[in-house]
Amino acid sequence: MGANVTTEDQVEPKRRWQDVDLRAVAPFVALALLLLLGAMVNSNFISLNNLANVATRSAFIALIAVGATFVISSGDLDLSVGSMVAFVASLMILFMNSNAIADPGMMIAAAMLLALIVGALCGLANGLITTVGKIEPFIATLGTMGIYRGLTTWLSQGGAITLQSAEQQDLYRPAYFGVILGVPVPIIVVLAVTSVAAFVLYRMRYGRHVVAVGSNPNVARYSGIKVDRVRTTAFVIQGVCVAIAVMLYVPRLGSTSATTGILWELQAITAVVIGGTALKGGASRVWGTICGAFILELVGNIMLLSNFISEYLIGAIQGAIIIIAMLVQRSLVRKS
Amino acid sequence: MESEPKGSGDIVVSARDDVASATHEDSQIMPATRGDIVLSAQRISKSFNGVQVLFSVDFDLRRGEIHALMGENGAGKSTLVKVLSGFEQPTSGEIFLDGKPVKLPPNGAAEALGIVVIHQEFNLAEHLTVTESLFLGREVAHFGLLDRKFMRRETRRVLDMLGSHISETAVIGSLTVADKQMVEIAKAISRDARIVFMDEPTAVLSRGETEALFKQVRKLRDLGTSFVFVSHKLDEVTELSDRVTVLRDGQWVKTAPTAMLDGESIAQLMVGRELSSLYPQKSEPNVDETRVLSVVGLNTAHVRDAHFDLRKGEILGFSGMIGSGRTELMEAIAGLYPRVSGEVRIGNALMPAGDIQATAAAGLAYMTKDRKSKGLLLGSDMTSNLTLQSLDQHGRWGYLSPASERKALARARRRFDIRVRDASVVAGRMSGGNQQKLLLAKVMEITPKILIIDEPTRGIDVGTKQQIYHFIAALAREGCSVIVVSSEMPEIIGLCTRIVVMRAGRIVGVLEGDEINEQEIMRYSAGLKQKAVA
Ligand SMILES: Nc1ncnc2c1ncn2[C@@H]1O[C@H](COP(=O)(O)OP(=O)(O)OP(=O)(O)O)[C@@H](O)[C@H]1O
Ligand SMILES: [Mg+2]
Repeated sequence: MGANVTTEDQVEPKRRWQDVDLRAVAPFVALALLLLLGAMVNSNFISLNNLANVATRSAFIALIAVGATFVISSGDLDLSVGSMVAFVASLMILFMNSNAIADPGMMIAAAMLLALIVGALCGLANGLITTVGKIEPFIATLGTMGIYRGLTTWLSQGGAITLQSAEQQDLYRPAYFGVILGVPVPIIVVLAVTSVAAFVLYRMRYGRHVVAVGSNPNVARYSGIKVDRVRTTAFVIQGVCVAIAVMLYVPRLGSTSATTGILWELQAITAVVIGGTALKGGASRVWGTICGAFILELVGNIMLLSNFISEYLIGAIQGAIIIIAMLVQRSLVRKS
Repeated sequence: MESEPKGSGDIVVSARDDVASATHEDSQIMPATRGDIVLSAQRISKSFNGVQVLFSVDFDLRRGEIHALMGENGAGKSTLVKVLSGFEQPTSGEIFLDGKPVKLPPNGAAEALGIVVIHQEFNLAEHLTVTESLFLGREVAHFGLLDRKFMRRETRRVLDMLGSHISETAVIGSLTVADKQMVEIAKAISRDARIVFMDEPTAVLSRGETEALFKQVRKLRDLGTSFVFVSHKLDEVTELSDRVTVLRDGQWVKTAPTAMLDGESIAQLMVGRELSSLYPQKSEPNVDETRVLSVVGLNTAHVRDAHFDLRKGEILGFSGMIGSGRTELMEAIAGLYPRVSGEVRIGNALMPAGDIQATAAAGLAYMTKDRKSKGLLLGSDMTSNLTLQSLDQHGRWGYLSPASERKALARARRRFDIRVRDASVVAGRMSGGNQQKLLLAKVMEITPKILIIDEPTRGIDVGTKQQIYHFIAALAREGCSVIVVSSEMPEIIGLCTRIVVMRAGRIVGVLEGDEINEQEIMRYSAGLKQKAVA
């Protein structure tokens, strides 16, 4: 082996550097650069307070994107998440307004449970339509996107659905505005959910199955994996993540409307892609996803704090980011 | 341009290898076209991410010769082929084309210089038709309009030349591995190349297809085309090649005229030690040994009325032409392919159709022959591949213990002699033979009672072949029953105590004892003989 010492000497030091998976690191490098840029634009930006604020606001997208990481890693796509947020939120508020349970605490707990169930069922519907119905996930969830949105519009009669009981509102507010040990509750929720997701993806059998199905469904099938079940479960997980996002969303405004969550699917998918998860499945990077969601919100924040770009351009910038992220990902793939 | 090698009419006696030409008494024209060196490589080294796989290798290729490149799995043959065809750039060393130093353009652009490669990994776009693949990048058009008819005719001509029945309008994705390989070959041959690299082109081909290919190769060689031929089939190499170069562990070991070597000596050079008998002692199971698998009246899309049983500790062979339905039958038994009717029993338990989980739970494991698209996750590391089918063993309640998986990998690498220079390499970057060993290891992780192996030694070197044969025999002695599906006659004859021959979806014969020989199997599989099967 050591027959050719000279050439080996030359390559040895390079190795460490190349061993690092660039795609896994890229989002964090981008985040560091953005923080630097933000600090130059406005000195308030880098303050802990501002950053905590940004992180709190990115919580909804982050939570949804964690679910999207599962769906995308298994080779599918869910476009219905934005409408699902609106649908689950309106059912949740309608239920709370029904006063079916007298005790407000119990009521909130029951409503949260309801949200989880509805979210899971919505995800299950998406999953079954794609797997049992054998419809492209893109089309299947485009369909349910219309359905969930339409149902919301009908429930709200085109207007808003608002939480009526002040008692409930006061009790529920801390779920979004509360602070535990100096950390806003939404940040804690995001970190907890992501930790669980990372554990499932990297340390559990199901995570291995997700990656196998996403990178080659044939190999998965030949290995005795129930491909359809794995895909459907990923959609259900997505639904549950949406429900958790809704649980934070409702106490924030105490209200929802037919336009809630519009284009959130774009943001969630963007966060996943920025995070380094491959869109054609096979590699899942859930911490990268969180980083991606934070980056998206940061960009908006920087635009707000700077005076030279109109904040009305946020959508356009976010659209550009997803394209750039894809290009960067592809060039990194080629290199490694 | 003036350095354009001496025209093919010149006789270049000085550079000719006398021994090599002496071996081909039949080819009078050859001395005229052979001789001068077309492509040569000096002190080629290649590293991937700091792991060196080629160590200062020298290689030269003459006009009109077939140069075999031999070596164990992972010796660096494919890597050398890629370096010499521009698909990889050498870390150091020089390449000369017609005596002039060149830097070969990447990604197959070397085709413009007359260098084409038939890759070990298929390089075909799955959604194109056969004709489209053949003419990819050089479509024939008049005033911007594609001349489809001409291209189809041309494709047909090349395929006929190779004796292949593939339809020129078939979509690549629908073809079997063997057919894909034929398309790859047709593609290379149709490109008027000066230098053709063939990396294990015959690994998936039947004898007939191989012969048709060799006929074309010889014809082109006599016209002055040079070939580099990689294969693990020693008989093919001694039959076809003019010279042999042997690599071992990334180092050049020897280049010699084929006439001076025989299969045995090549094998020895490859592994660096003497090889004992290739096949293990056969041990027949008792006649009254319990039946572990019985198949009754099984029908699938192509397979008709299959009956057979398998006894405990038996090694049963399945022979037949490519397309005779062996794989379909095995996949139907394993629950991977839909059944139309019929029964499959493991022990006494009736297996539900199309349920691989049930058959696996009953102790049956199936190893696919299509390791690239059905066997391994090419983008995942060895561990994820190894344990994919047996994750339940590595923790409870769905949790996976990394330590337990690491142990499994270490065990499998020892047991199957999986050699990689870098343990974190993804499966797609491993050498073909080592991928095959990893696949076998993966299947064996579920400790099956019945093992069905489809083409067990595809792309595996002689030394490892021997290991695998002995491994199969040892399994059988321990009471595991093995079905070996193989297109390699010697392998099936050397291993099995009973051989089922299939033809056109039907079982046409079952051979035992003295009946087991090449002629007899051929007679059945060619349809010259048939006997009622109980
Ligand atoms: N792109 C790559 N990145 C990292 N390692 C590689 C890469 N390509 C090849 N290798 C390594 O180089 C070594 C030689 O591989 P190569 O494919 O050339 O072997 P081979 O002689 O063709 O073997 P086989 O007979 O099994 O096909 C192997 O250890 C393989 O893992
Ligand atoms: Mg190879």
